[in-house]
This record gives sequence, C-alpha cells and structure tokens, in this order.
Amino acid sequence: MGATALRNGPSPVPAPIDSIVEVRGISKAYGNVEALRGIDLDFPRGKLTSLLGPSGCGKTTLLKIIAGLIRADGGTVAINGKRVSAPGPERAFVFQDFALMPWATVTRNVAFGLELRGTNKAEREEIARGYIAEVGLAGFEDKYPHELSGGMRQRVGLARALSVDADVLLLDEPFSAVDEQNRRKFQEDLIRLRTNQNKTFIFVTHSIEEAVYISDRIVLLSPRPGRVSQIIEPAIDRSGDPERIHRDRHYLDTVEEIWQGLKQYVE
Amino acid sequence: MAVSIRTDGEAAGLAPLSNRNATGASWDQPILLRLVSIAMFAGIWEVAGRIPVSFAFPTFSDTIVAFFGLLADGSLATAYLSTLQPLVLGVVLSAFLGVGLGTICGLWRTGEWLMIPVFIVLQAAPVAAFIPMVTFVYGIGMTAKTLAVMILALPVIVLNTYKAVRNVNESLLVMCRSFLGTRWQTVAKIILPDASPVIFAGLRLGVAAGFVGVVLAELLITPTGIGDLITFHRSRADYAEMYATIASIIALSTLTLVFLQWVEVRVFRPESRGA
Repeated sequence: MGATALRNGPSPVPAPIDSIVEVRGISKAYGNVEALRGIDLDFPRGKLTSLLGPSGCGKTTLLKIIAGLIRADGGTVAINGKRVSAPGPERAFVFQDFALMPWATVTRNVAFGLELRGTNKAEREEIARGYIAEVGLAGFEDKYPHELSGGMRQRVGLARALSVDADVLLLDEPFSAVDEQNRRKFQEDLIRLRTNQNKTFIFVTHSIEEAVYISDRIVLLSPRPGRVSQIIEPAIDRSGDPERIHRDRHYLDTVEEIWQGLKQYVE
Repeated sequence: MAVSIRTDGEAAGLAPLSNRNATGASWDQPILLRLVSIAMFAGIWEVAGRIPVSFAFPTFSDTIVAFFGLLADGSLATAYLSTLQPLVLGVVLSAFLGVGLGTICGLWRTGEWLMIPVFIVLQAAPVAAFIPMVTFVYGIGMTAKTLAVMILALPVIVLNTYKAVRNVNESLLVMCRSFLGTRWQTVAKIILPDASPVIFAGLRLGVAAGFVGVVLAELLITPTGIGDLITFHRSRADYAEMYATIASIIALSTLTLVFLQWVEVRVFRPESRGA
C-alpha cells in the first residue's frame, strides 16, 4: 500500500468537465408521494456512475426518466447537450427483470434492438454474435432464455443493450435477480467490459458494496422525497485483479462511510 | 394432450452442447403412454358392450367393423364432404375474425366497450337455442350451417384473444419502447407472440365448439352430412354404425386439435418444443 494509502479515499467532488448526461431540476410525484425533488446531476462521459440509496429514494424513477420511459413532472434531461423526453438511439436500457422474449433465441434477443431499427438479418446477427462472445455467452447463441440461469439471462440483456451501440447504458438493478456467486462474477466482468467499451454507464443499485466495487462515481440519494444527498468518487485502483478490490482499504472505508450516512434512513 | 414436454432439467449452467437425454427410457415416451390410454379405453368399451350396458350399445369391435363398412360403401365420405364444407369455412372465418376482433378489442378501448359485452353474453348464452332462429332467417343451406359453426366458435376465440392481448407482459412492452419499437412492431413482435399461447387455447376451444355447432346444425336444421348419418342409423337401429359415425367425428375433432397444437409450437413458440 505505502504512501497512497493516505486518507484520500471518499471525498466530495467538483463538477465534472465533460458530462454526457445533464439532469436539471427533475421532479416527479406519484399521486401524493413525492418521488424526486429538484434533482440536478451531471454524468461524466465514459464513467460508471451509480445511483445508490435505500428503497423509496426514487433511484429507479430517475433512471427511467433519463431513459425517457417515465415522464418527469418538471425539469429537463439533456444527452450530449440535446434535450430528450423519449427513448433514443443514444441510450440503451438493461432491465431488472431481464425483459427477454421467451420465444426468441439468445441471438434474436440480443439483435432485437437492431431488428427494430431495420438492420438486415445477416448483419445484425453478426453484430449480436460479437457481443454474445463479449459478455461470455459464446456457444449459447441458439438457446432460449428458459434454458439459461438468471446471471446468463442478464448477460443477454447486457449484450442487447451493447449491440445497439448507444453512448449511454442505463442499468436498473441488473444483478438484483441474480444469485450471489453469479453476481460477483458478473461484477468482475462488468469492470473488464468497461475498459474495453468506451461507454458511459449509469447504474442503479441498493447494494453499497456493489456500488463502491464497480463505480467511478456514486450518487447517494436520500428518500421521501428523493434528493441528492452526497456524491462520492471512490479512489480505487481497478486495473489489477478484480478480486483484490474487495480487500482494498479505500474500498472498505468507502463502504463504511456510505453505510454510516445511509443508516439514518433505515428503519 | 401434452404434446410439448419441456426438459427444464437441461437448463442453466450445463454445457451448451448438451442435447437430448440419451438414457430416456421407453416408459418416458409420451406416445407410448397415449397408446396405452387409447387401448384401455377400447378395452373398457369392449367389456361394456359385451355385458351389455344397453342393447343399443355396441361393442368396440362391432363399431370398428361398422366403421370400415361405412368407409367401404362410401357413405362416410359423402357425409364428411357435406359436413366439412361449412365446418372448415366457419372455423377458418371464426379464427381470423376472432383473433382480429379480439386483438382490436385488446388494443383499443372503444372497441372493447362496443364488442366485448356482446361476446360475453354470447359465450354465456346457450347458443344452440339460436340455431332454429338462424334456420328461420337463412334457410337450411350452407349459410345457416356455417353461421351455426361461427356462433359457437367465435365468442371464445374473441374473448381469449382479447384477454391475452390485454394481459401482455408489461416489461416486454417497455423493453420494446426503450429500443425504439414502433406501434406496429410492438403488436407484431411482442404482443401477438406473447399472447399466442392463450390465443391458441382459445382457438382450440373455438374449433371444438365449431364441431359441436356443425353437428347440432345437421341434427336440428338440415338432415345432411354426419348429423344425418347419425340420425339415419339410429332410426334403423344400426347402433354399431351410429357409434362408428359418432366416434369418427370425435376422432377427427381430436386430431384437428392436436394438429393445431403442433402448428402453435412449431410456428409461434419454438422454445416450448423442448431441447
């Protein structure tokens, strides 16, 4: 460890220089329940930002507003400086429940975004095969979702989002329906994938460990109404063996600090 | 009738190349089980005919002999020629009209309010009572028989399709929207495939009801076809021939339903074909 192990782990962070997604004054209410109030956020290009918070903090709602799947009551979302209010080709979504078509093979599921865009069959299947291999599913191209485990199904969901070549990947608690061992493996793969793919990730999770493990930036949301309570950039070196991160001092300190901050919201 | 046996055991984590279970024993074969079931049925029938349950109840073997007799003298073929026309026409019309109307009702509120109550009433009503009325309006020809088929087949097809389209998997709809699917793409690529198991369940019920409709029409309206053959042999106390005719239409109805299921699995739900 040596000199770098000084207490410079979690620290508040100034506004990023190059942000791909800009969220301004977003608010949303479901009936009388205020889910989000006045959210201002910038998501830096090429980074993985996590939205972390206890249930009811509106993190999934915020992600779906960015995706254009839910309409905000007020405020704006801009991608690459352009205001958006509906789904667009520069964003791709990974769903918590996978949302795979049970009647379609892995290849067709992965190529589905391209199929909807009218890419011809040979071309889109070629692209799909590449991403299927990229997420570690080579050999499963002709399987159906029910023949795969939860973790493998979510890999299909991830490959589908990658194959449309969007700039921003939006992941809604992608590992919450995946068992623990598969989740660990998948998180490691995601770290590796991030270095290969030059994409921006926005990642919703309720797991502190998961957020600290994979994120460049963590946005802590507090509940009722959902607001930004803190932004943390864990200074963790992810270049080496991903296994080592779990024993990293910064990792452990950051997890602890976030937990101390969130404790008050847990009944 | 379980044509598709899933082999979920071969799910996750196994090597991608693992195919059919090579050690599958013969008692595992659904075909064999079905044959045994049919043989048992024939055996019980034979015993019941020999007791006899009623003097008007022939044995299985007599019925089979009578069946080949009817085949040989051509009366069965003539009867089916006249029965199948309104049956096929009515069933095909009901299938397309039913799935079409059901889909429209499932997607479009106004259509739902206009049409669904009518079909709910039709499904609840003892529709056979309408058949004399149909005869009164349309006479005793093809039209009346086709209508009789449709009155029975259409409601269940419409209602099943409507329900299936209504209850389509919400998260797949959101997925399609997020990947920029148009309205038409959503209907064609998500809603109809997702709804197809329930639509096909409705089609099977509808086809079975269509068989009821055509036989009812031939017994009640026009003494032609299979209905006439049944009535004729009953009047002459040829009970073996009467049962052979009845059994033949039951068999045809069953085979049609099995075929429909095969089409469904083949075309719409390849994943349930098993590994």
